[in-house]
Formats: sequence, structure tokens, C-alpha cells
Amino acid sequence: MAARHKSVETKFMEERDRVLRALRNLDRRSFIKVVAATAGAVIAKGLMPPHSFQLVTIANAAPDKASAASGMNGQPPFTFAYISDTHLYERTLNQRFIRAALKAVEDVNALDPQPDFVLFGGDLAQLGTPQQLELGREILKEVKAPVKMMVGEHDWFLDLGEKWQELFGPPNYSFDWKGVHVVVLMSVHEKDFWTARRMTPEERMATVAGLDNGVQSRFEVGEPQREWLKNDLAKVSSSTPILVFSHSPLYKYYYNWNFWTDDADQVQAILRRFDKVTVIHGHTHQMLFNQIGNISFYGMLSTAWPWPYAPQGLPALTIQMNRADPFDQFDACGDGRMEVRADGLVDKIYNLWDRNPVTVKADYLRSRGKIDRPPAPQFASY
Amino acid sequence: MSFKPNQTVGAATAAAAILSAIVILPAALRAQQAPPAHPVPPPKNGGTVVMLCDGKTSIEIKSLKPGEQPTESQGREVANELMAEWRKEHPDEHWQMAQADAGAKPHADPMSQASKSPPATGQQQGDTYASFTSRDYKVWQAETQKFVDEGKRIFHDWKALGGTIGVSCDMCHPDGANTHPETYPKYQVQLQRVALLRDMIDWCIENPVKGKTLDPNDPKLRALEAYIYAQRKGVPLDYGKH
Ligand SMILES: [Fe+2]
Ligand SMILES: [Fe+2]
Repeated sequence: MAARHKSVETKFMEERDRVLRALRNLDRRSFIKVVAATAGAVIAKGLMPPHSFQLVTIANAAPDKASAASGMNGQPPFTFAYISDTHLYERTLNQRFIRAALKAVEDVNALDPQPDFVLFGGDLAQLGTPQQLELGREILKEVKAPVKMMVGEHDWFLDLGEKWQELFGPPNYSFDWKGVHVVVLMSVHEKDFWTARRMTPEERMATVAGLDNGVQSRFEVGEPQREWLKNDLAKVSSSTPILVFSHSPLYKYYYNWNFWTDDADQVQAILRRFDKVTVIHGHTHQMLFNQIGNISFYGMLSTAWPWPYAPQGLPALTIQMNRADPFDQFDACGDGRMEVRADGLVDKIYNLWDRNPVTVKADYLRSRGKIDRPPAPQFASY
Repeated sequence: MSFKPNQTVGAATAAAAILSAIVILPAALRAQQAPPAHPVPPPKNGGTVVMLCDGKTSIEIKSLKPGEQPTESQGREVANELMAEWRKEHPDEHWQMAQADAGAKPHADPMSQASKSPPATGQQQGDTYASFTSRDYKVWQAETQKFVDEGKRIFHDWKALGGTIGVSCDMCHPDGANTHPETYPKYQVQLQRVALLRDMIDWCIENPVKGKTLDPNDPKLRALEAYIYAQRKGVPLDYGKH
């Protein structure tokens, strides 16, 4: 069939990319001039309605050192980036997901200024084999900034974390960064569903890898790690901003697809006494945000593929990302960047490939959607 | 906000129902997809053999050479003869003419007595066509479910799909989500033509899955289609929707 046909959107984005590549070496002032001229020309030709022209947004999103130096309000004391859910197969089987992972590495390496660190959000491998995990490590070695690793269920359930821990160390840890206390959790533990069913490690892995099979248990942080978390936070004052990295969402979104953390309530209770808590999670492969009490939640994008929104349980504050164009491998995938503000709250930029970036400000969630509402999608889910 | 069905129990019950239905399934019904054929035995006396719609009862009209048209009265005679033949072979079957039936005592159908629900259709009017028992419904349901389950298996198995890079349908479409079969046919902008669901299945097999497109009559494509539609039970058809 006609794979050569591209959607109107895809063609437009390719055109835009070409223009942007050509513009990349210009300084900001001439950049804006060129943008304005281009926009004017395009509008004059009647090619685009003026309100939908995107280049201006990109110009605004470009690093602006001048205004930072002037001490403008809200400049971040630090930024970090993420790459998540690469789901790599062996290189002989699948190049598609490798291409996507490399694209993300290119993205974060091109950030100027460079982020303080890059969080890897879990699901490095598709089926947790040593080859897949090692391939992932090789790709992430290309990242210029320091990488913080987090584990996902696709990395874990072949050998219950043996290879992953050999390569990357303990799956849960914490550190302090410029006044923020950062916790990385291993939130994809599952109660034993495999022994009674006499599953091989491969069968166990394949079962966990399937979203809609209903056989696996639900994710949990688990009692021992909750104790560890309590102890870890015991010495931290409640005014210290807390940043939690977790592969599973740390709340209950959709049970049937394991967009779910079974002991989410207990984990949230441990975090309740802090003024500002931000949870950054992987696993759901979509633009997804939520606010529960003092905790703001953000879901990371995947580089490999987007998940559809679940038929139930979508948090009311989530603005859906536009429906994915199936004819474009990269559409609705991507990576992202977080700007940790002076007050410790986090603004989050979804770097959706082939689309406009979407910024979700901390104030949007903290105000329960009253201010800074991100743009609505043109096409929501069916 | 959250939803927690009792999956294990549901699955077990469904499995039990399917199992019990399969046990009583006649061999003829188990043969998938081939429509029933009623081969007519060859004439023994050089006449023309006529068969009843039961596929078993047949008689030979000796006076009618092969290829000749019977007259109307001949035809009627043949029909009566055939029917008489059938009734001889089925002395216990209830057979009645609707008109002649006024005031006749309702016949007790052992089948519909044995199975209390659902009520057999059409029997008040004395029809034989559409006189179905609950056993029939069970058999059909099991057959349909088997077809859907086969689609589900292929949907979740990149090798069965003929894929080459480890990508299966469920990776982007858990429970068939975001396949919106109810919106086809519709103008598919990227293809620049009107597409059916099967065109999009084929597109996905060729592109993200990196396999070979399936023929529209390929049992795999038919099964995939069945599974995808089954996931959207109850959603109103809305062809052409974007
Ligand atoms: Fe994932
Ligand atoms: Fe995951």
C-alpha cells in the first residue's frame, strides 16, 4: 500500500524542520526577523491561518541568556532533561526504537545551556535481556550530561533486576541537588504471579510486557522500600522541595493496563507533610498530569511509541496531547526538560517530536487549572 | 476515578461456558468458514434427482431427463413426495401448516423444555426457520468468541502477524484502543483515498510491524477485524468520522 503518502501535518512539519535547520546558526535578533518575515510571507500567500503559525513559539522557547542576566523573575536555578521508555530490542531485530533513542540523545545533547543531569525514566529494554540493557547503556553513554538511571518493569522481570543492577547499581536511591531533595524509586515491584503458574523467566517477562493481559499483579513500591523512603525523608525539613522519580505513576489511573500503583495511597501519605512535592513518572507514554493534595504528577513521553489514553480514570487536569499520526514514527513521542524554579516548583516542557513543545507550568497544577492552562488538542481521543 | 473489575472470575466463567459449548458442538459446525454443501446423489434410472433442503432426503423423477424443465404440476407433485418421504423418516417431528393449525394443541418441543432460556424465536408463528434453542445460541456464541479470540492471539503476537521487528498491534493499541473501527469507511488523509478498517490493519502490518500485507480473505485479517470490532461493542457506528 501507499507508504509514500504523508499526511498534510507530516509534510508541514518536515517543511518546518528544513526551515529551522537553516535558521539554526543565526543569532536571536536576526532569527526573530527571519521568522517574522517568513510568517508574513506565508500568511500573505494564504497558506496558513495566522493564529496557527508555529515558528514564533519556537523562537520564544529558545534559550534567552539576556533576560536571564537581567534577573527576570522565574528563571530556573537549574534544569534537567529526561529520556524515557526507549523499549530497545536487540540491534539485529529492531532499528526503529534505536533510531528513536538516538534522536532523544541528540536532543538533550543539543540543549543550551546543558541540563544539570538527564533522568532516564525506565523501560530501557523491551524484554530485559542482557543484550538489550547493554545496548541501552551504550546509547546513553553518548549523553554529555550526567545520567540518573531509573528502572522500569521491562528491564526487571526477566531476571528480577540482576543484570540491570549489575549495570546501573541499586534501583532506589536519593541525593540532594541545589536545595532540592531528589528520590529515585523502584516502583514496579509485583506480587509473585509466576510461581503458581509455573512460568519461565521469559514467560514472566512477556506477561509483564503486555499491558492488557490481566494476568500480572499491579505495580507497588512495597513495604520495605516504603520504610526506606520514610527513613530517607526523616531528616528532610518539610519546607525542602521534594522531587520524586518513579517509573509507575504513584497514583491509580487505570487498573486494567497497570497504569496503577497499588500502594500509591501509602506512598502519598509519606510525602504529605512536605510543602512542595513533584513526582515525575514514566510508563504511561503520554502527556499526563495530575495534582493530589500537595503533590504534582507529570508523566514522561516515550521515545518508542505513545499509549492511547485509558478509557477511564484520566485525571481531570490532564490536557490530552493531540491524537498521534500513525504515519509518522516520531509523532506523539519525544523527550522533555524540567525547569526547577527558584522556589523549588517545577515547570515541565514536553518536547513532542514534530510538534510544538507544550509547557505545563507548576502553577497550572497548583492552582487546580485556574491559571496557565496549556493549549487544548485539536483532536482528542476517540 | 478508578475501576477494578473482577477479571479472574469473569475469565474463568467465560472459559467454562466456552468449554461446555465446544463439547456439544457437532463436527459439521466445527469446520470453520466453509459454507454447507449438499451434494446430490447421481440418478440411478436416467432421470433427475431432486433433494430436499435438509440435505439428505432425495427422490428421483424418472420421467424428467437431465436438463428438462418440469411442469408446475410435476413440481408440486415432487414437493409433496419429498415432504412425505421426509415425514416418514422423521415420525416424531412436529410439522404443521400455519393455516391448518388454528386451535391445534401446542406441541411440546423437548429441546426447548430442557433449556428454559432464552425463549426460542419464531415458534409462536409455527416457523421452522429461526426456531432456535438456547443450545443453538450457545454454539454460535462459542463459535464467534473463538473467532474473536483467534484475532486477539494474532493481535498480540508479532510473529503470527508476520512482523519482522518485534512490534505487535497491542503495543500501541492495548485492548484494541485507538483503532476506532466504528469510524470506517472514511477518507484517510494520509492515503488520499477512502479506507476500510482492513486497509488500516494492512497499513499497520506493512509499516510499524514491518510485515507483508494480508489478503482481505486471509483468515488472519478476518480474525483481526473480528477482534477489533468486538472491542467496540456498543459504540455507535459513525462512518466517515475524523
Ligand atoms: Fe514503557
Ligand atoms: Fe513501563
